[in-house]
Parts: sequence; C-alpha cells; structure tokens
Amino acid sequence: MPSSVMPTSNEGAHPSPTAVSAIGLRKSYGDKVVLDGIDLRIPAGSVFALLGPNGAGKTTAVKILSTLITADAGEMQVAGHDLATAPQAVRAAIGVTGQFSAVDGLITGEENMLLMADLHHLPKGEGRRVTAELLERFDLVEAAKKPASTYSGGMKRRLDIAMTLVGNPRIIFLDEPTTGLDPRSRHNMWGIIRGLVSDGVTVLLTTQYLEEADELADRIAVLNDGKIAAEGSADELKRLIPGGHVRLRFTDPAAYQTAAAALREVTRDDESLALQIPSDGSQRELRSILDWLDSAGIEADELTVHTPDLDDVFFALTSSTTQPKETVR
Amino acid sequence: MSALTLAVRDTNTMLRRNLLHARRYPSLTLNLLLTPVMLLLVFVYIFGDTMSAGIGGGGADRSEYIAYIVPGLLLMTIGSTTVGTAVSFANDMAEGIIARFRTMAIHRGSVITGHVIGSVLQSVMSVVFVGAVAVAIGFRSTDATLLEWLAAFGLLTLFALALTWIAVGIGLVSPNAEAASNNAMPLILLPLFSSAFVPVDSMPGWFRPVAEYQPFTPAIETLRGLLLGTEIGHNGWLTIGWCVGLTVLGYFWSTAKFSGDPKN
Ligand SMILES: Nc1ncnc2c1ncn2[C@@H]1O[C@H](COP(=O)(O)OP(=O)(O)O)[C@@H](O)[C@H]1O
Ligand SMILES: [Mg+2]
Repeated sequence: MPSSVMPTSNEGAHPSPTAVSAIGLRKSYGDKVVLDGIDLRIPAGSVFALLGPNGAGKTTAVKILSTLITADAGEMQVAGHDLATAPQAVRAAIGVTGQFSAVDGLITGEENMLLMADLHHLPKGEGRRVTAELLERFDLVEAAKKPASTYSGGMKRRLDIAMTLVGNPRIIFLDEPTTGLDPRSRHNMWGIIRGLVSDGVTVLLTTQYLEEADELADRIAVLNDGKIAAEGSADELKRLIPGGHVRLRFTDPAAYQTAAAALREVTRDDESLALQIPSDGSQRELRSILDWLDSAGIEADELTVHTPDLDDVFFALTSSTTQPKETVR
Repeated sequence: MSALTLAVRDTNTMLRRNLLHARRYPSLTLNLLLTPVMLLLVFVYIFGDTMSAGIGGGGADRSEYIAYIVPGLLLMTIGSTTVGTAVSFANDMAEGIIARFRTMAIHRGSVITGHVIGSVLQSVMSVVFVGAVAVAIGFRSTDATLLEWLAAFGLLTLFALALTWIAVGIGLVSPNAEAASNNAMPLILLPLFSSAFVPVDSMPGWFRPVAEYQPFTPAIETLRGLLLGTEIGHNGWLTIGWCVGLTVLGYFWSTAKFSGDPKN
C-alpha cells in the first residue's frame, strides 16, 4: 500500500512546547517487565502514534500517562505537570478514551454526555449545548435517547470519544480507537481524529495498524516488547529498511531466462518466473528502468512497483526480539 | 471552587447517576425485595401457627408472631438491598466507566460516596416498602413514642450505612457481578442465624454466642425494643458499636481499594 507523506509538526524555527514527555518509563507486573524504560516526547498540537503488536505495552503506557495506574520508575510530565506530584492537574488537562469502552451502558447516550458535563462543572445550559453539539457531530442524535448498552461497537466508540471531548481537553489519549470497527466505521473514526487535530489538540493514539499510524500520525514510535524499537515520521521509518523494487513477472520460461541474463543487477525468483529490480519507486527511476527494458528488448507479462510500507518496517523491527534498538531522530 | 464545594457537587452528580440506574432498572431493586417479603408471608401464613405456638408458649396468636419477626425482616431487607450495592458496584467496575472517572479531575471519593448515599436511600425506601407490607398484614407497634420511631428510623439508616460500606468493599474486590453476589451472600444469610425468626434462647447452646453477638441480633433486639417495648439492655450499645465499626472498616477498606491501582 502506498504511503502518503505527512509533515512533521516539530520542524521549523520554533519547536512546539512539549505536551507529553516520558523519560525512562518502567512498569512491571510481578516478574513480567511490560515497559522497559521508554522515552517519549510529544510536541503540543501533534499526533503521535504508539504502534505495536498485541501485548507490546501500549495500553499500559496510556494508563500510566493518563494517571490510571502508577509507573515503577520514570520522569513523566503531561501538560507541564508532573504525573507523580500533580496527577489532578494532569487530569484537568487530558481526555482519555481507553481501549475498552468507558460508557455507562445503563443510561442513555445523552445522559452519559450530561454526566460528563456535570463532572466538568459546566453550567446547565452550557452542558446541554455541548451535549447537543457533540451528539450531532458524532452522528448520535437518533440514538441519543437509547441506553448506551444497545449501541453498536462503532456507536459506542463514537460516544466514548464524544464523552472525552466534553471538557474540551487539550491533550487526548486514544487507545486503539479503531480496533474492532468495520472498515467504514474505521474511516469515520479517522475523519474524527483528523478533526481533533485541526482544532489544535495533541493526540497520543495507539494502534496495531500501520496504515492507521501512517494515515494519522506526525510521528510514530514502534513499541515492541516493552521497548521503543524505532521512532520517527512514517517516511523516516520507511527509510530504515530497504525493500523498494520493481517486479517483473513472466509466463514464458524462455523469456524469463533471456531477461535474467540480460539484466544482471536483479534478484531472481526462478519458481515464479519473477525478477526484482531495486528501485525507490520514483517516476524518474521508473522511466529509466522502462527505457532499459525496451532497449534490451524485454517484455514482461506483468510489472508491479513495490514501495516499502510500514508493514515492512513493522515486521523488520518486531519479528525478532533480539533486534538492536534503532532510533531515527 | 473550594475542595468542599467540589466534593459536594461531584458526590451529588454521582448520587443522581446512581438513582437514575435504580429508576431505570426497578426490577433489580424489586428482586432484592422479593426475599424479605416472601419470607414474611411464608413465615406468617405457612409456618405461622407452629412458630407462634413456639414463641407464645402454647397460644397460637399469629399477630404476636408477626410482631416478633417484622423487626428482623426490616433489617434483613437492608442486608438484601446491600447485596444489590455490591453487585452494581462490581458491574460499574467492569463497565470501565469508573476508569474514565479516575482519569477526570473530579473529587475522587465522590464515586464511592455517591454510590453509598444512593444505596442507603434505596435501603430506606425498601424498608418502608416492606414495613408497609407488614402493616398491611397486621403489624402494629405497641405504643412507640415519636422519639422511639425516630430512633428506630435512625437505627435502620445507620445499619444500612454500615452494611452499604461493607458491600462497596465486597463489590470492589469482586471481579464481576456473579462473584460480588456470591461474596455478599453473608449479608442475606446472617439474619437467618439471628434472633429474626426464633429467639436465640431456643438455639443449641454452642451456637448461641454466635447468634447473640453477630451484628443482626443486637440490631433486631434494639428495633424490637423501640417498636414493641421489649427489653433492649446492652443491645443498643452493641448495635451502635457494630454499625460504627463496620462503617469505619468498610470505609477504609473501600477507599484503600479504590485509590490503589485498579485491578485491570
Ligand atoms: N494488570 C496486569 N497484570 C499482569 N500483567 C498485565 C497487566 N496488565 C497488562 N499486563 C501484561 O502486560 C503486557 C502488555 O499489556 P498491554 O499494555 O495491555 O499491551 P497492549 O495494549 O500493547 O496490547 C501483556 O503481556 C499483558 O499480559
Ligand atoms: Mg491494549
């Protein structure tokens, strides 16, 4: 899948202030080390994705940064407040949507929203206004008077996020916001998250999906086995591993042999009669490859262009746990 | 906003949420009322003759036995309502909404306090309901003064508060609703081993101390004294002691459990 280039927000002369930072964050459950000293710095107003397979420690990291559980060690600051000494100030600045829905299923969607408004101490009228506005924005008006327990997964997720937004938090944690959603709801959710970003809030999201991190995040940290295996923009991560190539496939073995002999700098795949030519996938390089094939009189039956995507990066970084730590800055 | 205003305001919000649950799902509360009401009817109309014969020393006057068991059943109603508290608290924990509360800048204690106040109100309402059934089938207090009625009401409320705090603790340590309901069983079973249905004197000797000093018996005897004019003796102080003790124990247990890292 081709990846779009996302701008990194902390470039330029004036680096944004830090919204979330962690240095040497550690957490173990008994003998099990879940977070083995991770460092994070999330500039204000950016989207940061914590990408990792199941069990990598994403939820644990979010729970710690959102004051839900305490870390064993580490210096953490959120919105300029120290997690250890001023958790209540941190809570006032953040909004959290956990991995599992945190709605009150026994009451209606609207009542859930009004409950949040009350807990944020909004005046009655203001609470009603914000509730109506968010229900509208998240397409929940029709379901507003129904118990939240009757909502579909996608609706619950939307209500969850709508509830998180009631207090107008400047920093939002989203733990696997699209896991378990159908493709349509997922795209909806992406739109919602992009909307948040355009409002200038800082988002820390976790995901198992590379495509999602690629779509949404300014910076991505690959979390594996309690450590940050790599960190950078999507493009920086992709540059970490080779893998871009043009693939030529033949149906006629004789044509394949001729081509393989004529093109020396290629990787052969005799079984499927395919040749791989290293390439970064740019138009210029593609044209020169095509010219070269023409001049050599080679006509492949199929030509495909492969750019390395985050999947390649992900698998390269997470396939072996003995992988040395690589960091792009 | 001062810390106190914040506490009161958030507690009030949590209380309203709790009462909304009760109003939305009255069947939960009604189910819990079923046990004491059934027991009342069964003991009076089915076992009534034998039981009253046993208590009245031969005479089979049913109204006397009604008078005898109603105080116990009122307290049992509280026990049974607080099982609901344990279950709903465990349910809340499983719902994840509590996790959301924990990440919000609200008064921490309000989550529990709102629940406790709501539960006590529910208990009191349940007691009024079962009391009304009792009056309907012939329960009458023997010339209790206004002060004694107030004291009886205070006793029931205090008892409800104590059991509710314990129930919240049980709900907090139970992984799910079923476990909470099982763990809270003693709150329903204890009254059966009290002086609720038969006098402690009529129980086997080895069991008497257990029956006599467990929380329900002194409370029942005190309530009997207030409503029916029987001897209260040291039971008043025992009751207050139990109520205060259980409240303090439940309070510290629950708040310690709640303020620590959540289980999952
Ligand atoms: N409360 C807990 N007790 C024991 N182990 C836990 C607890 N919470 C998480 N873990 C373990 O920590 C690891 C990371 O979990 P988690 O942070 O949920 O990962 P992720 O969200 O990336 O899937 C897992 O191996 C999980 O089993
Ligand atoms: Mg997780």
